Amino acid sequence: MSNPNVPPSAGPLKAGQSAPVFSLPSTPDQMLSLSDLRGNPVIIAFYPADWSPVCGDQMGLYNGVLPEFHRYGAQLVGISTDGVWCHAAFASARKLHFPLLADFEPKGAVARSYGVYRDHEGTSERALFVIDGEGVIRWSYVSPVGLNPGADGILNALDAMVGQPQAAGAL
Amino acid sequence: MSHLTTAVSADDHALGPDDAPVTLVEYGDYECPYCGEAYPVLKAVQHALGKQLRFVFRNFPLTDAHPHAGRAAEFAEAAASVGQFWAAHDMLYEHQDALDDESLIAYGRVLGIGDAALQAGFDGRFDPKIRHDFTSGVRSGVNGTPCLFINGERYDGPRDVDALVAVIRSAAKARA
Repeated sequence: MSNPNVPPSAGPLKAGQSAPVFSLPSTPDQMLSLSDLRGNPVIIAFYPADWSPVCGDQMGLYNGVLPEFHRYGAQLVGISTDGVWCHAAFASARKLHFPLLADFEPKGAVARSYGVYRDHEGTSERALFVIDGEGVIRWSYVSPVGLNPGADGILNALDAMVGQPQAAGAL
Repeated sequence: MSHLTTAVSADDHALGPDDAPVTLVEYGDYECPYCGEAYPVLKAVQHALGKQLRFVFRNFPLTDAHPHAGRAAEFAEAAASVGQFWAAHDMLYEHQDALDDESLIAYGRVLGIGDAALQAGFDGRFDPKIRHDFTSGVRSGVNGTPCLFINGERYDGPRDVDALVAVIRSAAKARA
């Protein structure tokens, strides 16, 4: 599952690189693959752990911003190293309307492949990737782990993307 | 550093002089407990700074986390339509434990909002304004509530009265 071309020390993947493919559990009996989302922009929000105590924490905020993401045709997925049942309880408690994927076994393999695994903590970084419909990373950002990065960077990246390929595609 | 992308305008709810050297913008959610904690602090800050400060409140309801936040925002905007925004804002933050519809209707009667104006709010008349506030916040880097901007720069520092008064006084000096 991890990308052999990207050693963990290489740091987070950057704009212009191919988004490593993955297939992860989205519920106890369903898998979601990056390829399932091909054709539309994808926002991946790696985050350290479910149950953040901060009011309007990152996933709760993105829940409120979903209509804006959808205006670009973009799909959001959250990924952490928590297991599916933990994700299910968290998503239910916070009424999240987007999938949380369990990067649980082999632990953090997808986070490693994107260069955003924290070995000491056993969690991912708080990292954002915006991927275009062809599977190319168009923007990435690693936030200080304790700081909610908000959604402005994602929307700016979608603006930049949609301003180009969709205009070109319309010709 | 995140910046306010939508300038303060006549469409905003503002307290204090338009030409105050410092404008403090709060993005808030009426059901968020941290906004509730900030409410008396921001009152004290306004009191301490007087005409030095213009305070602006914008809606940032996270309605999945806070089921009454959307209705409460509609209530405040309905109150604004009859010139009672700040009384409603204060009423909501002073009664965060009771924001169900029945309570809101009772507060509306106390404030003299009028059932028709309130119903129009509940029917969504002001939802575009609330969503406009929310989107402007997202674009400006609001990452939770309350989120404060001092002269257009997001403020991530401590939210106690002394710290806020000091940082706002320093922003006023920088402007002078």
